[in-house]
Amino acid sequence: MKLRRTKLYLPGNNPNMLLRGHLFGPDGVILDLEDAVAPAQKDAARVLIREVLKRGRFGDCEVTIRINGMDTPEWKEDLQWTVPYGIHGIRIPKVEDPQAIRDIDEELSAIEEKAGIPQGKTLIFCLLETALGIHRAYDIAGASPRVAGICPGGEDLCADLHTSRSNEGTELVGPRQLVVLAANAAGVDALDTVFPRVTDDEGLRQETMFVKQLGFQGKSVIHPNQIPIIHHCFTPTEKEVESARRIVAAAREAEAKGAGAVKVDGKMVDKPVVQRARFTLQRAGIDEEVVEHA
Amino acid sequence: MHRNAVGRLLPEEIPGYGTVRPFEGYNVRKPEGNRDGRKHVATFNDRTDKRLPDIKAAIKATGLESGMTVSFHHHLRNGDQVVNMVLDACAEMGIRDLVLFPTALFGVHKHLVQHIKSGVIRQIKGSVNGPIGQLASEGGMPDPVILRSHGGRPRAVCSGDVHIDVAFIAAPTADKYGNISGTGSRSSCGSLGYAHTDAAFADQVVAVTDNLQPYPIANISIPMYNVHHVVAVESIGDPAGIVSGTTRVTRDPLRLLIARNAASLIESSPYFTDGISFQTGAGGISLATAAYVREVMRERKIKGSFGLGGITGFFLSMLDEGLFERLLDVQSFDLDAVKSIGSNPNHVEISADWYANPWNAGCAVNMLDTVVLGATEVDSHFNANVNTEATGALLHGIGGHQDTASGAKLTIITTPLLRGRIPCVVDDVYSVTTPGEVVDAVATEFGVAINPRRQDLIDAAKEAGNVPLMDIEDMVKQARELTGPMDPVATEDRIIGVIEWRDGTVLDVVRQLKM
Repeated sequence: MKLRRTKLYLPGNNPNMLLRGHLFGPDGVILDLEDAVAPAQKDAARVLIREVLKRGRFGDCEVTIRINGMDTPEWKEDLQWTVPYGIHGIRIPKVEDPQAIRDIDEELSAIEEKAGIPQGKTLIFCLLETALGIHRAYDIAGASPRVAGICPGGEDLCADLHTSRSNEGTELVGPRQLVVLAANAAGVDALDTVFPRVTDDEGLRQETMFVKQLGFQGKSVIHPNQIPIIHHCFTPTEKEVESARRIVAAAREAEAKGAGAVKVDGKMVDKPVVQRARFTLQRAGIDEEVVEHA
Repeated sequence: MHRNAVGRLLPEEIPGYGTVRPFEGYNVRKPEGNRDGRKHVATFNDRTDKRLPDIKAAIKATGLESGMTVSFHHHLRNGDQVVNMVLDACAEMGIRDLVLFPTALFGVHKHLVQHIKSGVIRQIKGSVNGPIGQLASEGGMPDPVILRSHGGRPRAVCSGDVHIDVAFIAAPTADKYGNISGTGSRSSCGSLGYAHTDAAFADQVVAVTDNLQPYPIANISIPMYNVHHVVAVESIGDPAGIVSGTTRVTRDPLRLLIARNAASLIESSPYFTDGISFQTGAGGISLATAAYVREVMRERKIKGSFGLGGITGFFLSMLDEGLFERLLDVQSFDLDAVKSIGSNPNHVEISADWYANPWNAGCAVNMLDTVVLGATEVDSHFNANVNTEATGALLHGIGGHQDTASGAKLTIITTPLLRGRIPCVVDDVYSVTTPGEVVDAVATEFGVAINPRRQDLIDAAKEAGNVPLMDIEDMVKQARELTGPMDPVATEDRIIGVIEWRDGTVLDVVRQLKM
């Protein structure tokens, strides 16, 4: 189970950020070839990203590339210049059609084969930035086994919904809930959109606590200073950690005895509860117990 | 030629400087002889008013002549008008070949370029920056600039290495008999710490004020028995440039990351306990480091003893909160500090001698636990350069860098690995300002390198587990990989700058740029 609490966008044409972004400790980085890069700089950004990927210094970060939309001629070039050089996945903007995911899956398979990369290694994360995309979220999430996460849009989605982004985020409540439902139904991660007000730490804290409660696994990030705040929100409390420890220990004991379910603190604990407990420990940075008992 | 203790080859004599005594190690040279002094002067009750009508009258009264040494202090920083005013008057009076002995010069002093070019100023013994530094680097001064630390300067004065003929002291408040205060007017600068030694040792001392008050003033910083003349002028400085520091902690994520790495090292060290003392500058990374340290002090309920050096509102808030017992202030960096120093008994003004002179019975830096410093570059031997830029131009002063590094138990240099495409962690620094033997660690955004001679700190950091440790060689290698090879600085043989260690020995020289 991969931690995806924060994924930091890094402009694909900014060498300083590309080289240093992982130092801020996000769970993942998104090397952006789409909105952050002007049309005239796309080629230069692809070369730069390729060279940075060759250096391969991203620490423990999951490295993804935000490619240009499939309604542009750029996306295939983006894949050719990045997939062979050691990325974990791609992030596709404005996804509306499950068929587009199947098309890109095919393209990825061809590149992986040519580059000697195990088939299916390159994951897909889908940005759902239109009403149609949100409406088809479940189909999109299930369109390929490569899909690892879906993410509602922020600004673009609001524009498509004929509204604007408010401080309270009222307009995004529905789409967010739909994305969480679809993601869980399809067995992929629900990852929230960015918080645009980079100096509003309290606003970020409130929004993160809200989306965590809705069921999101993390948020996209546009400024490094947002990372510790989001990580703090997603870090379980001592009480949650203690409860998770007891559940994992009980499950281990039950497994040793060949029992399916077990009672902890008066409640029946079955497989999904154990899985959630392990995830809690992982979020708390107690990986060894997760590994030991997994 | 000599090879000194940091491996620099130095000539035995430098024209315009004299005999070179090479650096032998950070605490090797022992002082000889007695403190220097000045001629006795008697002032009887037939002269109870030291006022003179203007700067020229003061210059005349002091007997200032061509070739003499004149000193100034820099508490008014980029708002200072006194240095320019006095040198303009000297030029008009036909005085030439002066040795300028400021505690530091700022951008506002680019006005002096004309007086260097015309021969009014022959030499500067003090930090140079901006246009003056560039001029010196290009060979525009007859004699080399001599760079000393904030502690090395009073040591040079007290020991007689530098004799001040006339000290001009910018006085935010003064009375007619020469008592001076750094507070109480629109030109307030707070502490007058750098001017104390000059007032005590110069043959003649002139207080230049724009706030003449009835005798006697209060909050006296420099007393009348050390002041010979008083001149009232319309303005000694622009308040907008006097307080240039900031109490706001940066939000720049890169700087915050470097600061966090530095703070984690402090937190892991054996000094992070009740009674901890520290100094940071007012720069973004230093202040951010202090902010992280403050957070952890609060969490762990640790009470510090004192904060030192340039004092900011940030340090004052720590004093108010009880995280420090005292502040020792040689230089007030912002308005909060200026306001506080005249009224808070726990905010103590100290002289530069008291602050950092290695040749007295005890200076404040020796009581420091930790200090966080910057640098233009550091090297694989932990030597730090704060004087020259990547171009080889002499653009910065030493400040308290050497002194605090030498005195503190834990000295951390904070720097980004690169500035633009320029590496800041290199095989060998271009100029040595502070030797690696007094630097304990280098903190960059990529990690923290601890000097191998501090195995105790390495062990403590490993045990704490939250310090991103790396070898200095890996740091250098990583910087080199990112930037590729750099062209060496092209210079002439002529020496245009001499960098002294705080004990008066020579650490390094700076050569004229090849144009």
